[in-house]
This record gives sequence, structure tokens and C-alpha cells, in this order.
Amino acid sequence: MAIKKVGVIGAGVMGIGVGQSLAQGGYEVVLIDINDQILEHAEREIRSNLRLFKMLNKGVELDIAATLGRITFTTDYEHLSDADFVVENVVENWEIKKAVHLKLDAICPAHTVVAVNTSAISITRVGSLTKRPSQIVGMHFMNPVPMKPTVEVIRGYHTSDATIATAKELLAGMGKKGVVVQDMPGFVSNRVLMLTVNEAVFLVQDQVASAEEVDTIFKECFGHKMGPLETADLIGLDTILYSIEVLYESYNDSKYRPCPLLKKMVDAGLHGRKNGKGFYTYE
Amino acid sequence: MTTDSLTVEDIKARTRAFIGKFFKNIELQDDEDIFALGFVNSLFAMQLVMFIEKEFGIAVEDQDLNIDNFRTINAMADLVKGKVL
Repeated sequence: MAIKKVGVIGAGVMGIGVGQSLAQGGYEVVLIDINDQILEHAEREIRSNLRLFKMLNKGVELDIAATLGRITFTTDYEHLSDADFVVENVVENWEIKKAVHLKLDAICPAHTVVAVNTSAISITRVGSLTKRPSQIVGMHFMNPVPMKPTVEVIRGYHTSDATIATAKELLAGMGKKGVVVQDMPGFVSNRVLMLTVNEAVFLVQDQVASAEEVDTIFKECFGHKMGPLETADLIGLDTILYSIEVLYESYNDSKYRPCPLLKKMVDAGLHGRKNGKGFYTYE
Repeated sequence: MTTDSLTVEDIKARTRAFIGKFFKNIELQDDEDIFALGFVNSLFAMQLVMFIEKEFGIAVEDQDLNIDNFRTINAMADLVKGKVL
């Protein structure tokens, strides 16, 4: 299938990154959110991120104005009446995702493949809401999207081989590849990462080591680019807490119990990089 | 401070003060590669771009978006100098 027009639902951190990467890949993008204020912020962020991309990729051919020009910023879902593909990136809340997917299923043409960008929601369950369960696929993009070459692609119970192929084609157009995994809560990435982050928070809580020391061990002993607590700050501590709570509820296994210090930090408004303070302080 | 009275030393001092907020207990030399020290990742480059635009009231153009312009205090001072002095 020749994918030309791609809808991106949600202009938060993930939607901004996905929209930018698609525009850089030459796709016509419709970026949708619920109000103009969010969309204006998204436009500013994408411009800033395109500048960063240019900065970090010496000699790359990137016309910032033309790339931005490929993105339509709108609150109107009717723009998706001829979309070939949609990537939904709204918050990880079932009721909100449900409302969006019902709307997408009603507006998008029959051939449209719809990807759920999630680290926590069941792809099979989203598929069950729609008339096109074979065309629903999970795509767990990593943040920051334009800089991460690989995406965790999730096959729901009814997801077809053709849909998986289309999803891979879209990713290839964005200069990315997908690793296809099965639909179980947390997939591969979050099941391991959230436990690691949670245990790292326990280490800080139990005064075994400071956040800097924990991260240093991962970076300098294991060669990771970032330690688990820096990663937690980047993802957002509220998101981390929510993800580990979902795993806890999904498996009813006490190994996923959230660390009390993590809960306390979220309650205190320490959400990480996005609001300036988490395990580290940001300007 | 107006740009009339801005000197290269001012640019360096203000840039050094900004970076100092991120580098604790490090005496950063004017020709030291910030990114090679391993304390910040490349995302920090964009914070430097935004700092320079805001602090010195200049626009960093597409062609200036090269990480080499932001590697050292000297490089950033040269960039700003070329636009305001």
C-alpha cells in the first residue's frame, strides 16, 4: 500500500515526535489535538526539535520550513477521511483511548491502518472496539522519537500480516524499523524497564545509593547511555508510576508493586524533566 | 546590559555561568568540549541554542545549527560575537 497521508492523534511529547518524524520522512501529516493552544505549542516544539535534529546530524539535508509545511495542525478529525494510516498517541487512559478509536473507526476509510502508540494498553482490546480489528496494530515509539531508530511493534490477537507489513513500511519511510512482539501487558520494553526503574527507586529509598550513583553504575559499568533514574525523569515519574500500576493490576504479581518513594515524588509534583524536577533538577 | 557594552569576556562569563548550573564542581575551560566530558547529552545543545538566543537577543539561523558552534565556550562566544559585536 502506498502510504501518503498519515493522521497523528495527540500533540503531546509522543505525538510531536511521531508527527515530526513522519514529516521528515516526506509523509503528509495531520496532527490533531483538542485545542489550538496545544497545537501552537506543538508547532513551536517541532520547529525547535527540527533545529536540534539539524544540529546533531551534520550535513543532513533538512529544509525546516518545508518539513513544517507538510504538517496540518488541526482539531478537526474530518481531515482523516482520506488518511492511509493513523498513529494514535493520546494519554494512556482506557476511556480516552476508547472514545478516540470509536471516532477514528467511524471517520477513516476502510483501508486505513490504525496504530496505537502505547506502552500499556492491550492492542487486542482496542481492536475489539472497531470494525477493523485486523487493521489495528501497536506501535510503541521511544522518546525522543526522531532519534530512536527502532520501534516495538505489537501484534494484537486479530492483527493481520498485511497490517504488520504496512506498519513496517510506514516505519521504513521514517527511517526506522520495527521489532514485532506479541500482545501481553507491558510487551517487552515496559515489563523489563519499569521493574528496573522501580527497583532503582527502591535503592534510593533504602539509601543504598544516591540517584547519581545508581545511574553512574549503569552508565560506566554497563555502558548504558542513560541510567534508570535519568530515564525515569525523561519519561516522566507520573508515567512511570502509572505504567507500573498497570503491570501490577494486569498480572496481580507483587513484583510490580510501586515503590513508596516513587508515589511520594509523584504526589509532591516531582514529575521529572517535563516540569523541571525529578531525581535531578532541570532548567 | 545592552549589546553596546557587550564584550567577548561578558559573553564568555554569561555563557560559563549558564553552563555552571548544569556542571556541578567542574571548572570548565574556555576550550573544553562540553559534550566530550560526558556530563550532559546532546539534547543539551538545544538548551544552549535557546539560552544564546534569549540571553543575547540574537537568532541562531539554520546554517548555524552545527554542534561544533556549541562545543566550547570559545565557539559560542565566536558565534555570538559574529552577530552582535
